[in-house]
Amino acid sequence: MNGHRRRHIRRAELAAAGAFLLAALGAVGFAVGYAFGAQTQLEGVALAVACAGSAAGLGIGARRLGPAGGHVEEHGGFASPELAAEALADRVTEPGRGWRRGVLVRLLGLAVGSIGLALLFPLRSLIAPRLPGPTHTLRHTPWRSGGLRLVDTTGRPVRADEVTGNDIVVVYPEGHVGAGDAPAFVVRLDPSRFSARPPAAGVGGIVAYSLLCTHAGCAVGLYEQGTGQMFCPCHQSVFDLLAGARPVAGPASRPLPGLPITVDSSGFLRATGDFSSPPGPGYWSRP
Amino acid sequence: MIVRRLVRLLDSRLRLSAPVRRAMAKVFPDHWTFMFGEIALYSFVALVLTGTFLALFFEPSTTDRVYHGSYQPLHGKTISAAYASTVELSFDVRAGLLVRQAHHWAALVFIGAILLHLARIFFTGAFRKPREINWLVGVTMLTLALLNGFTGYSMPDDLLSGTGLRIAYSVVESIPLLGGWLAFLLFGGEFPADQTVPRMFFAHVFLVPAALAGLITLHMLILVRQKHSQFPAPGRNEHNVVGSRLWPSYTLRTLALFAAVLAVTFALGGLFQINPVWIYGPYDPARATSPAQPDWYVAWEEGALRLFPAADFRIFGYLVPSPFFPGVVLGALTFLALYAWPFLEARVTGERTAHQLLDRPRDHPARLGVGVAALLFYSVLVGAAADDVFARLLRVPVTSLVWTFRFLALGLPLAGGMLAYYLARALRAGSAPEFAELTRADLHRGAKDDRVPGDGDGPPAARIEVWQEFGLVWRWRYVEPTGGAKDLELTSNIDYPSEQEAAKAARAAYPGVPIGPGRPPPGLELPAAPATRRLGGPLARVFRLAAWLVVLRAVRRSRSR
Repeated sequence: MNGHRRRHIRRAELAAAGAFLLAALGAVGFAVGYAFGAQTQLEGVALAVACAGSAAGLGIGARRLGPAGGHVEEHGGFASPELAAEALADRVTEPGRGWRRGVLVRLLGLAVGSIGLALLFPLRSLIAPRLPGPTHTLRHTPWRSGGLRLVDTTGRPVRADEVTGNDIVVVYPEGHVGAGDAPAFVVRLDPSRFSARPPAAGVGGIVAYSLLCTHAGCAVGLYEQGTGQMFCPCHQSVFDLLAGARPVAGPASRPLPGLPITVDSSGFLRATGDFSSPPGPGYWSRP
Repeated sequence: MIVRRLVRLLDSRLRLSAPVRRAMAKVFPDHWTFMFGEIALYSFVALVLTGTFLALFFEPSTTDRVYHGSYQPLHGKTISAAYASTVELSFDVRAGLLVRQAHHWAALVFIGAILLHLARIFFTGAFRKPREINWLVGVTMLTLALLNGFTGYSMPDDLLSGTGLRIAYSVVESIPLLGGWLAFLLFGGEFPADQTVPRMFFAHVFLVPAALAGLITLHMLILVRQKHSQFPAPGRNEHNVVGSRLWPSYTLRTLALFAAVLAVTFALGGLFQINPVWIYGPYDPARATSPAQPDWYVAWEEGALRLFPAADFRIFGYLVPSPFFPGVVLGALTFLALYAWPFLEARVTGERTAHQLLDRPRDHPARLGVGVAALLFYSVLVGAAADDVFARLLRVPVTSLVWTFRFLALGLPLAGGMLAYYLARALRAGSAPEFAELTRADLHRGAKDDRVPGDGDGPPAARIEVWQEFGLVWRWRYVEPTGGAKDLELTSNIDYPSEQEAAKAARAAYPGVPIGPGRPPPGLELPAAPATRRLGGPLARVFRLAAWLVVLRAVRRSRSR
């Protein structure tokens, strides 16, 4: 029995020793790999081997070389004796004579409360102080100044005759490429298929709408030519461009705002004003 | 020898011996489900280690600059500093990609371990009095972990995470009355604001981790103060903790677990690509990826946004947009329910005593049913967040999948919760030791809640034995006949300077169990593990004996004072 146990321990010791050696090898492997700029996979595996070797060695040491289980510790209870708790409560509630009437305590509350409230004011600094608040900012976009040319995402102005019915062209106001509330798209449709008038003036069959989903503001990027529908890849809202971009499926409940456009004398598309309603998702004071 | 001198050096300044000896003897229950919290702790350490490295290379700014790194497809493009530096630290900083991917994987493991830990605490009733405070601390840490996961994955300013951020902004914006202002205050203006990435960075690398570190400390202090709860078993009761001691058993085990967590983190980080932002491209408000799924731990919100129907309405002319309900109300209710659960349950059951023994999940069928229903509900939501992927794989229209998921989200939790409830009642009522051995009779009994009475043996014929070791210190053991060849024996975790003190501790741990004299374990001349004894040899025996003398002297001295 004793000899058997001794052999068992010997084997465990050997296994733990092997694991620690493997860990050291892994660490050396990582260092060498790093020095020679090895691949991420190699570095990761080497480091993992180093850690796993240590884990195995420690685990063997804990499970097979040390005592496990079989111990008990008394639990002194969760609460103090009642008298002790009472004594503490008494001690806490006797701060001094003047405090007892409660007036001072209330005034202290007033002082601390006022300081807390006053300290809330600097929160306004979190919005750049010269910028107008959300009600104004959310309603207006750079298109508002009117007469801006429609440019594509590289900043090149879009001509009316370039707009086809095959796919949408994503546009920004000239000078505002990348503006978060301004992206729009233009596409050519057959006006005879319209079941509802577009919300904003188009040019012949060309209509322009905000690209931002009215549900959660993702770019409604997928156009299906046959049905004249736009799909949002985020939450699968569908907007029917033949019916004034009305939402026909998914969680969006408002149509895409239209962008009034015209053609200037050189054939470029220009916006005549802002979107027909605030673009993007809804908010409390949205008209 | 060095250890001995170090101990003396510290003790002569800090008087550490007694508290450290007590701490080293602290007993941890031996059950694998108690490891989830530790896994979470160690992935937090892994996150801090890898995150520190990343923070040295990441530029938290959306200022445009021209990319000149070694990733060719982006060469010469004007992109934000946040995105450019993420790609650079992936490809141009040595080991950068490994650390970045390990960081992301560690975050997933972190939140997964927290959720498993939460489930264990919930289903075993470990949140009951007196552990409600630690439940509140834990739920707070879960919210912070989710927040930090989301800010971390949103910072690189890539197309996928930018879209997620846009959705989060819209959800904040949807809050009645305050939404617009809140969104502006948090994000720094209309989306996408330049302030957003620097703010997320500061929160991600300082505010939230500092709060987490503080709460982890509090969590563990309370745990040590209250001691571990334990599953019921022979020898375990409301007045003791049975298991292995901190030193050496759990020190080695927990270090092994730490190393194992690091090993998994680095193996995942090295071998499995995660969040390849260079493939998604930089954020552009006019583009969106398809399919687009967030990290799994925010997917329940995303799924809810997809399933909740278009239901905008107006109050006094003001708009309440539909994302408010799945985005804000669901999240608020989820965490409110989590925070309130211990108090709700205590109210409903009227159970207000302190507990040291855990429930088995079957002991409390209603709690099990609610828990299973909740897990199923959130799982369906996570599934719904990938409805476009399922639609593509199954070649069905996504709208019909949305309806399927809506029915599942309402029906599956109800059915699963009821099933769990009745199975738990059958297990509790009948005599089946496990689920697979349930009989029809058990099911009938469960439906009627007609419980089979217990074995009725009365208290076991247990005894306490107290003995003296080396004529120096006293120990006690609990002995309970098991009917088998070997009795159940549990030894006191620590030794005592007198027989009276040993007996007092034994009485505290096993009230009412008779105490008598016992013999030291056979062959135990020196209390050491066989392995260390083998390694040590006669010299070590001498040292150990010297140590006992030192202890004895210290004890005598403190008593004479």
